[in-house]
Amino acid sequence: MSEANMQTSAVISPVEVQAAKPLERPPGPWRTAWSKFRRNPYAMTGLVVLLVFIVSGLAAPWLTKYDPAKIDLLYANLKAGTDAHLLGTDEMGRDIFARLLYSARVSLLVGFAVAAGSVVIGTLVGSFSGYFGGFIDTCFMRLVDVMNSIPLLFLNILVLAIFGTEFSYMIIVLILTSWMSVARLVRGTFLQLREMQYVEAARAIGVSNFGIIFRHLLRNASFPIIVNATLMVGAAILSESALSFLGLGIQAPQTSWGLMLSNAQEFMLVDPLQAVYPGVCILLVVLAVNFIGDGIQDSLNPRQKMSERRIDRWRKSFLKSKI
Amino acid sequence: MNTDNLLELRGVKKYFPIRSGLLNRVVGQVKAVDDITLSIRKGETFGLVGESGCGKSTLGRVVLNLHKATEGEVNFNGTDVQKLTGQELRRLRKEMQIIFQDPFGSLNPRFLVKDIIGEPLRLHERMTEREIDIRVVELMELVGLDATRRNRYPNEFSGGQRQRIGIARAIALNPQFIVADEAVSALDVSVQSQVINLLMKLQRELGLTFLFIAHGLNVVRHISDRVGVMYLGKIVELAPTEELFARPLHPYTAALLSAIPRPDPTRKRERIVLQGDVPSPANPPSGCRFHPRCPAAKAKCSVDEPKLRELGDGRQVACHFPLEAGSIG
Amino acid sequence: MAEKLLEIENLTAGFLTMSGTVKATEQVSISIDKGQTVCLVGESGSGKSVTSLAIMRLIDYSGGAILDGSIKFRGEDLTKRSQAEMIQTRGNKIAMIFQDPMSSLNPVFTVGDQIAESIMLHRKKGKKEARKMAVDMLRLVGIPAPEIRAKQYPHELSGGMCQRVVIAIALACEPDLLIADEPTTALDVTVQAQILDLLRSLQKELGMSILMITHDMGVAAEMADRIAVMYAGIIVEEGSASDIFARPSHPYTEGLLKSVPGLEGARGEELFTIKGNIPGLSQLPEGCRFHPRCPHAKEICREKAPPAFTVKGDHHAACWMYMGDGGEAGWTIESIPEVSR
Repeated sequence: MSEANMQTSAVISPVEVQAAKPLERPPGPWRTAWSKFRRNPYAMTGLVVLLVFIVSGLAAPWLTKYDPAKIDLLYANLKAGTDAHLLGTDEMGRDIFARLLYSARVSLLVGFAVAAGSVVIGTLVGSFSGYFGGFIDTCFMRLVDVMNSIPLLFLNILVLAIFGTEFSYMIIVLILTSWMSVARLVRGTFLQLREMQYVEAARAIGVSNFGIIFRHLLRNASFPIIVNATLMVGAAILSESALSFLGLGIQAPQTSWGLMLSNAQEFMLVDPLQAVYPGVCILLVVLAVNFIGDGIQDSLNPRQKMSERRIDRWRKSFLKSKI
Repeated sequence: MNTDNLLELRGVKKYFPIRSGLLNRVVGQVKAVDDITLSIRKGETFGLVGESGCGKSTLGRVVLNLHKATEGEVNFNGTDVQKLTGQELRRLRKEMQIIFQDPFGSLNPRFLVKDIIGEPLRLHERMTEREIDIRVVELMELVGLDATRRNRYPNEFSGGQRQRIGIARAIALNPQFIVADEAVSALDVSVQSQVINLLMKLQRELGLTFLFIAHGLNVVRHISDRVGVMYLGKIVELAPTEELFARPLHPYTAALLSAIPRPDPTRKRERIVLQGDVPSPANPPSGCRFHPRCPAAKAKCSVDEPKLRELGDGRQVACHFPLEAGSIG
Repeated sequence: MAEKLLEIENLTAGFLTMSGTVKATEQVSISIDKGQTVCLVGESGSGKSVTSLAIMRLIDYSGGAILDGSIKFRGEDLTKRSQAEMIQTRGNKIAMIFQDPMSSLNPVFTVGDQIAESIMLHRKKGKKEARKMAVDMLRLVGIPAPEIRAKQYPHELSGGMCQRVVIAIALACEPDLLIADEPTTALDVTVQAQILDLLRSLQKELGMSILMITHDMGVAAEMADRIAVMYAGIIVEEGSASDIFARPSHPYTEGLLKSVPGLEGARGEELFTIKGNIPGLSQLPEGCRFHPRCPHAKEICREKAPPAFTVKGDHHAACWMYMGDGGEAGWTIESIPEVSR
């Protein structure tokens, strides 16, 4: 049995251990996701479109010489192309192209601010709720139920009436009415994750509850949160447009796509293009954001689905090569 | 407290409430651990065996203060673990550790291996990043892992290697006492023996005391000095390993031993096949909890609950009619 | 001479992954006689479960395919059949039970209904009659008070009971072959003993063949007439149960048996171990797949995969040790005394 004993000792003292340098760090999950994301044509198109809107919104002063708020009734309702008004002017003689550009700023700012705010609040509420459970969970979830039953429109009119029509108020209202979905999602994920054995392992080495929530679990819950946040950007842009369209959101002299739509509806028969421009912008941005969201979701999914057709083709080619 | 004993449990109970209805009223209790008294000596391996639902894992959690006991005392080195809070509890975590069953679930998939092993060091020791790295390498070598792979995620490691990572994490702070909760049960046979050898080597070299919880009797027999057999939250038999396996006194122990399939087709089978299933710990039978399944049950067994009593030679059994020597093959 | 029920020849099955084809089993040949129990023993990733999925042709549904070889069931090649024809065979002539009894049962139907459904489907009986037969089946698998149990839902039964129900469903159509994939792994030892006893007595009563898949050599010893040991997708040793346990011939089988601590004899000593880890299917070693872990590995083992050599009679091992009179390898069984005990 001498040989057997030699084997066992070889196992215990590791054969080739060099304490020296560790191997190179493998690409993290984000890097892997990005390389998958890049191969998704829809998601990449979405990303490009969104970037175009972001850049043109930021570079608005350099892209147009017109002031979007400047009223000049002498030049109202000009057709596209006249007098260097790229897309013409509206009923009060404001340059439509300039207004579109400056509106992009508003819409995107609202979209990202609302998504970010909702994620922060929703994640905090959801993670505490899911991790601790019990009384905390009951309180938070009832709060979510209450918030869910307050209509956005009503809250907005209320805020409008009491505090006035400040841009930032609208963002706050939108955050207050949209963080609940994130909270629900995060709570669900945490309910699942807190049963994992590594949570118990962390507790056993003395990690505090906050450490477990923020260092251990949040990292594992980040994928669905990111996907949800992306999709929320699109939803917030839509909400902003709807509110502005109804006159409850952005107020002149500021401008937004929703507001432009609202103004344009009077001239639907005279100049339908005035409604088409902002409409297309909203459509494109929201579509782009949703494509990106779906793309992120797919790229974060470790088990990529192989299409039936591809498997079939593989099976056939393999069988052929065998014969 | 006996100074030879590292850990002493006295009358430990752990009941989980069953809630139901609109108001979440407590309608019953699962008596997962019901009145257990035992002591574990410094440097020994105490094996705890039993079928699923017998409360052996819960007992391990209570010992580590991961669950608060409903009643009873857990004395570790003379202090009652259950009363500790805050700083003192954190200090205790350095002394007692746990190795888990599931080599896949017990490591956070989003942490690098060096962060998993280094986490206890970061929490408890004032060490620089460099010192932590050196210690992580040392630990990985100690448990037989390639330390150059410390910059990797756990998903790149096989089941046995992951279990070694879990072991390295457990011994990182030089604890005195380790609860191994089914630490080798989920591993493939050819890897299992490697990990058993590793645990025994670490015990020799680091002077560890083990509470080894498992359902695999052969593994428990191999590694333990003394063994306790649990059934429905109670210890039914406790004895030095050799004696327990050679001469079981409790009918349940005997049945458990005879039920293990052995890799020897020529061996004459003298199996005691127990009837029925393990009853629910929420509603245990009256008297001796084993009596409905016991082949030797008498009238007394369904009325009187037998206490765990000393029989000499360090043997304890909770049975009115313990098996005589030689009555079971 | 017993009648051959199932003959698997050179079965190669695999999956398509992102990084190419992975062969989960390669050149697997097993045959099962009528009324015989064959155990397929192996660790995780050995391809034992894939083999059973291939026999049932269920592998097609999990993104895999049979790439080569034949599976003859009563002389008819199952690999040539369409899925539509397989439906007739599955659960009718061949039945299968899985490791986790709870998840094999539908939680929203009573167990009696689930058994009756299987009977109605395969034996073309009316609802009433099927219900009555379901109760009989429950009695057959040793469930006390079957009339009451038949009206219960899976969650009301314990794991052992559920596995009995699963067995009842599998047997409801009187299969010729029962494939049991780790049927007792999720159960406690005392319940495992009950289930193994049940399978044995049912086999005697119904005269079916059993292909049992397990990782536990102890279970194999209790159940098997013949044993095939799989490692990394190939059968490394195959023979009658008594031969394999009396004289484990492949170093892997030997290691498996030696590395399990026993219930008798010495304890506390260092256990025998097989060094290293089980290789992943996408990074199989060249030559003999076991050679990096083999204590006897020689030059030839690194270069060429060994075919199945005859050890003695119908006991085969895929190891160069058993090649003729030493031949190429230049060594014989006798030169390695600790293997041939």
